[in-house]
Amino acid sequence: MVHGEAWTIKEFFCYPNEYIYWTIQIVMYPFMTGLVAGAFVLSSLYHVFGVKQLKEIARFSLVFSFALLPVAMLPLMLHLQQPQRGIEVMMTPHFTSAIAAFGIVFTTYALIVASEIWFVYRAYFVETATALGGKRERALWERILYLIYRILIMGAWDISHEAREKDEKAVKIVAATGIPVACFLHGYAGFIFGSVKANALWMTPLMPVIFICSAVVSGIALCIVTYTVTMELQKMISARKRQQKPWLPSTDELKSAEVLVVTMTSKYLLMFLVLAITLEILDLVFRGYTALKSWDILRSVIYDKDFFKIFVLQYGCGNAIPFVLLLLPRLSLKRVVFSSLLVLMGVFMMRWNVVIGGQAFSSSFAGFMEYRLPVWPGSMELFKEGLFGALLVAITPFVLFFGLTRILPVFNLKDSP
Amino acid sequence: MIDRRDFCKKALLIAGGMAIPLSALELFDPKRLQAEKSDPSPTRWAFLVDTYKCVGCGFCVKACKIENEIPYDANVTRTWVERYIVARDGKTYIDSPKGARDGFTSPKIDQGVEPPAEVRNEDIEKAFFVPKLCNQCDNPPCVQVCPVGATYQTPDGVVLVDRSWCIGCGYCIMGCPYGVRFFHPVYHVAEKCNFCYHRISKGMKSACVDACPFGARRIGNLKDPNDPVTRVIMTERVGVLKEEYGTKPQVFYVGLSREVK
Amino acid sequence: MKSHVWRPLYIVVGVVALVLLARTILVPEDFGIGERGYMYGWHRKGNEADWKAVKVKYKTMDFCKECHQDKYNDLRHSPHAAIQCENCHGPALGHPDDPPTLTIDRHRDLCIRCHARLPYNGSGRGAIRGINPETHHPEAECVLCHYPHNPKLEAKR
Repeated sequence: MVHGEAWTIKEFFCYPNEYIYWTIQIVMYPFMTGLVAGAFVLSSLYHVFGVKQLKEIARFSLVFSFALLPVAMLPLMLHLQQPQRGIEVMMTPHFTSAIAAFGIVFTTYALIVASEIWFVYRAYFVETATALGGKRERALWERILYLIYRILIMGAWDISHEAREKDEKAVKIVAATGIPVACFLHGYAGFIFGSVKANALWMTPLMPVIFICSAVVSGIALCIVTYTVTMELQKMISARKRQQKPWLPSTDELKSAEVLVVTMTSKYLLMFLVLAITLEILDLVFRGYTALKSWDILRSVIYDKDFFKIFVLQYGCGNAIPFVLLLLPRLSLKRVVFSSLLVLMGVFMMRWNVVIGGQAFSSSFAGFMEYRLPVWPGSMELFKEGLFGALLVAITPFVLFFGLTRILPVFNLKDSP
Repeated sequence: MIDRRDFCKKALLIAGGMAIPLSALELFDPKRLQAEKSDPSPTRWAFLVDTYKCVGCGFCVKACKIENEIPYDANVTRTWVERYIVARDGKTYIDSPKGARDGFTSPKIDQGVEPPAEVRNEDIEKAFFVPKLCNQCDNPPCVQVCPVGATYQTPDGVVLVDRSWCIGCGYCIMGCPYGVRFFHPVYHVAEKCNFCYHRISKGMKSACVDACPFGARRIGNLKDPNDPVTRVIMTERVGVLKEEYGTKPQVFYVGLSREVK
Repeated sequence: MKSHVWRPLYIVVGVVALVLLARTILVPEDFGIGERGYMYGWHRKGNEADWKAVKVKYKTMDFCKECHQDKYNDLRHSPHAAIQCENCHGPALGHPDDPPTLTIDRHRDLCIRCHARLPYNGSGRGAIRGINPETHHPEAECVLCHYPHNPKLEAKR
């Protein structure tokens, strides 16, 4: 069977070779890179612009952003027909293609995030390693940890006041260079779509900007959700521990700190949300007003075929409702989390409506194609480009995040930058 | 302290100063000038389709699939034939069942919807067939977007795909406004019409041209002014598909109609 | 400049060196910018030869007539003169060295490609004599009555 045939339903006249070639994984890809970029921007708000209220969430989102990084690449590998050749993007890059920049931008970005984490955590590494080194007998687990930390320290054992000041300065610089790179990483994902002149829905110079804004929105939203969930877990654990160790912070103390951080963060969420919606609406209005040749078919896709997905799920549930919820007085933790979840869904639907919606009509402008998401993974192809492949991509960052926090704890580190 | 006036002046100067060497690069790129002077290739393949002559027999599609080893029953094809029927009520019906591999043998219009549409003979305002194939554009957007250099244009104008280098991202498929590209069902890399490069480089004609009994398909060398195909393209009224994309397609059509997509 | 701050930079340099090293190993030697420049000509030169080496399957009428002069003569003076032998008989491929590679197709599907009547005046199809394949002896092969190499001599069969 031809690639794409299993999930494409054609209606009226489509060219014979047309199928939905870019499927759920290409929806996941900008969604995941968006989360990466968003989480990083959130952490930079503290590290670069010194928004003190975000201190707690900043370290958290930095590590989370790092956990998300490999997952931005995963959907691409699952999507490629020849994944084993993916490295060629670095070997013979063809820079007239937007995708060619991926290898370089992605690596640069990964290195920036990694070195920022290194600067943030170096003091902790040294302290922990010294503590472990001082121990007489070490369990196997501790021995492994000791080894890992020693490698991570890279011989920089100096944690004098001056050295740590240098760290702090370096964090600031690295985070500052990271912001444009994060925006570039994601803006260029938008460029991949926006520059396809053969696709009437995708081709708009606004695409990269729209992508960056919605990326920041989704990144912040996910950080809020994950942060709250981990904090809740922390509370449960500490409540149990406090029975033996009463000097630990009480549940109420944790709670008040949490609410402050989350409501503060939600303000930034709101800000970027307004920007994202404005740009998307502008794009829509502009297309309708200029009404080029493609508008007839675009209109029938936007207002008819995909009406539910675009206006109900994306704009309604994903944008309008959380917008109102976040603006209503007496903001509670539950409401912020609920709104954030809606926002995440909304951004996902936006990616869906761009990627799948852009292929919902034939480039003959005389026919439609419908994407039926493969659910049961009957073959490798159906797994990769179906529901379970997408779930795999969605779950991986949390697993990675859990693993990372074994080495890079994100809570209760009082005196690191 | 720098005042605003000064700042504007300096900014303009710097921007202007930076623009000059850049524009010079564009204007006096010696490689490009050289290339334009001494044309490296004596050949530029072009295609001519006469839609008046096409009867929709689909022998071209059959020959193409076999010649180029595209699995015969796979629903993809390097070339295909479209049928256009404009009814008296102004509605246009278009179809290309299996890319017209088996020709058009029924008045029923296969558009993937049940029941198939059918226009009564007396209600047909006009009806005709349009063969399609890769346009081997002068500005091929599919080549521009390939991230690894797996697809490229030869000096004689044919766009090829390197099957050992293609990563299968599908960007070229998305980038083609004509829908000529697809994934090869066996090799799982991008695939497209290449004017039967193995035939034309041996002095033969492409398989579809040879298979066409009606002379609806012809291939020629645009750089040879005496080539009969070039003569037609130069002296008669020919059209191309989707000119607005700026791709400069090199498949020319006689008898195009505004309904043709 | 002796400061621990530069250590991540060593890693960066290492990564760049690794990529450059991998490039020298993995990139084929003939990969480069072709005649059409970097935008349209960035490719592995050897691939052009790969494509030229594809096997020719359809060898055209000139090849068939070398042995089948009689059939060729029949066909040449008939309204079917423009139809290639291989359109109906399949590509020559390994024929005549390897006879089974030649498929002989007598199916009526071949004939109705042109002769199913479709009155399309905008194309040559409207001028071709045609039948309705659903009512015109639907169970029979056309070659039972019609001689495809020269349909004018209908009596020959």
